[in-house]
Amino acid sequence: MTPVQQPVDLHSEAAVQAHDIAVARKDILRIATAGSVDDGKSTLIGRLLYDSKAVFEDQYEAVERASKGDYVDLALLTDGLRAEREQGITIDVAYRYFSTPRRTFILADTPGHVQYTRNMVTGASTADLAIVLVDARKGMLEQSRRHAFLASLLRVPHLVVAVNKMDLVDWSETTYEAIREEFTAFAAKLNIPDLTVVPISALNGDNVVTRSENTPWYEGPSLLHHLEHVHVASDRNLVDARFPVQYVIRPQSDAHHDYRGYAGRVASGVLRTGDEVQVLPSGLTTTIAGIDGPRGPVDEAFPPMSVTVRLTDDLDVSRGDLICRPANAPRATQDLDAMICWMADEPLRPRQRLAIKHTTRSVRAMVKDVVYRLDVNTLHRDQGAAELGLNDIGRVVLRTTQPLFVDDYARNRATGRFILVDEATNATVGAGMLVAP
Amino acid sequence: MTTPDYRLSQLETLEAESIHVIREVVAELERPVLLFSGGKDSIVMLELARKAFAPARIPFPVMHVDTGLNFPEVLEFRDKRVAELGVELVVASVPDAIAAGTVKQEPNGSRNRIQTPVLLDAVEEHGFTALFGGARRDEDKARAKERMFSFRDEFGQWDPKNQRPELWDLYNGRIHLGESIRVFPLSNWTELDIWQYILREEIAIPALYLAEEREVVERQGMLYAVNEFIRPRDGEQVRRESVRYRTVGDANLTAAVPSEATTVEEVIAEIAVTRMTERGATRGDDKVSDAAMEDRKKEGYF
Repeated sequence: MTPVQQPVDLHSEAAVQAHDIAVARKDILRIATAGSVDDGKSTLIGRLLYDSKAVFEDQYEAVERASKGDYVDLALLTDGLRAEREQGITIDVAYRYFSTPRRTFILADTPGHVQYTRNMVTGASTADLAIVLVDARKGMLEQSRRHAFLASLLRVPHLVVAVNKMDLVDWSETTYEAIREEFTAFAAKLNIPDLTVVPISALNGDNVVTRSENTPWYEGPSLLHHLEHVHVASDRNLVDARFPVQYVIRPQSDAHHDYRGYAGRVASGVLRTGDEVQVLPSGLTTTIAGIDGPRGPVDEAFPPMSVTVRLTDDLDVSRGDLICRPANAPRATQDLDAMICWMADEPLRPRQRLAIKHTTRSVRAMVKDVVYRLDVNTLHRDQGAAELGLNDIGRVVLRTTQPLFVDDYARNRATGRFILVDEATNATVGAGMLVAP
Repeated sequence: MTTPDYRLSQLETLEAESIHVIREVVAELERPVLLFSGGKDSIVMLELARKAFAPARIPFPVMHVDTGLNFPEVLEFRDKRVAELGVELVVASVPDAIAAGTVKQEPNGSRNRIQTPVLLDAVEEHGFTALFGGARRDEDKARAKERMFSFRDEFGQWDPKNQRPELWDLYNGRIHLGESIRVFPLSNWTELDIWQYILREEIAIPALYLAEEREVVERQGMLYAVNEFIRPRDGEQVRRESVRYRTVGDANLTAAVPSEATTVEEVIAEIAVTRMTERGATRGDDKVSDAAMEDRKKEGYF
């Protein structure tokens, strides 16, 4: 018979320490991992979860029972759906959570094989940092290039290349250096501002949480140390104030008779009470009378805060409008020039009509032109391409029914992005990133 | 002059994300409803909904799928909270459905599975198009693959192999008549985040969550507090022990855990060192198979 578990001794040193760590103020780092099962990605994630104590006893026991080899197969920790366990593949993006005393981590685990573009783009869209796994025995493959390219296309600010299975190449510095050099040269062609290459063995845990004695020639941090310390605060755009209005709050109650607030999430920049602001599309100017946060009034709001902005003048403002500074407004345009990741079986073709969601604004659009299709392996631009197929990426020109208030994605991830929706099926069929016209 | 660093803590970031999601649903979908069980996650979700629209009232009703197997403390809490917030309460009653013959309870007394048809009938009757649920991705392997906006067909079914890609924070809430969206604003919260938020925001919770001496019986290594639905069986010894509930489900199936945590602070310390997932530790209904949750979700479970 299973014994009843013992109550936790709340006065033990471990409990006191765990409590202090739990309540410490942390920030969040969002990570996307890319690589195939063969690269040991699931093992690496299992290792990070296990070593950071995000794996619970009953989960570990279930994995221990299911493991077939001599060691506990940490990869099993991350297989979610029955079909995945049966087929030994990962179907969809899965999200994992772990934390250390400094940070909490949200990890989007994206499969390497099936629907790789769609899944990788989904995972990378919210990521601060991407980890690309490379098998040390195989070196940089087409797939590694593809993953690095997608991370750069989505403007993930930090890229980590984890050179895995170093134990299988006898911890060879030469092998590591060759991969590092090849990757660095490739990254120079992309928009990757920060690249870190770490030699690891996910199976044995070398350089994952702590520095390994097997790599005396490696002077960099362990993977987890890097994840804990990578500087992300300055990745955000705090310069261009952009506040897309999400919802109008009007209590119409006796206590708040005249209250009229514009709810939304600060997309970029900083808003302050007293700031002179402009509302688009009307172009009218007014000042910010006050900003209400979740705990009452605040002096200023910055991304990614969800707040409610009150304006001094009674203007006609509704969902889809955008509040900015008069001297720093986004481009108002009906012509979009964008990189599109296409995610539907039916190809994207000129003259096709689609719905667009950009910030809080939904409009309709027509495809004017497919400028080129990009070969994600060679980065070659096929200008003869007439359409984009499933998982293709290309440059496309669209014309919208109403103006959108946009910035280039490179400058502003929040106002430079949009999704495409098929109006017949309601499916999300594409992701768009605006480029300078 | 000091330079402010303009950084949010993890709780503030999660809070901002959840509020954004809740507002987005209200802006885009016609008839949302919030599923409220009286459990800690739905309590936090309700508090986030309050913050999302303050100083206005929450602009949608709250629905309780009532299995008739409630802890009395939870019902009391539900009614009090709903009255304080001035929101409309919709009760979808499983006992009523059993009486009407539309569903049958399982031989072991579990009403977990039959909640689903009752929920779906209520959704149809009231014309709800979006259902807020308090599920978190860290709870279960199948949940780890769930979207914030989870599309459901006219039978309320989830198709895990054919989910809409969810890019950035641009949620697609478009549906056809009869279809609906399940929305999970707490997707990225962990159990510990929920408790820290309860502590930080001083959110009231049912006393069941805190340790107290209760009369218990032991079944398959788990402690069940004696109540209206759990009576000692032949050969079972009733003993008094300090226990608390880590999750609050049906009173006939939810086990308590031995605990000395009588305050939220102590609960946090306890959870931080406990190495057992909350569902594994307390839910008889999830022990059936590794894919139990996945199967129930496909049928239209929360």
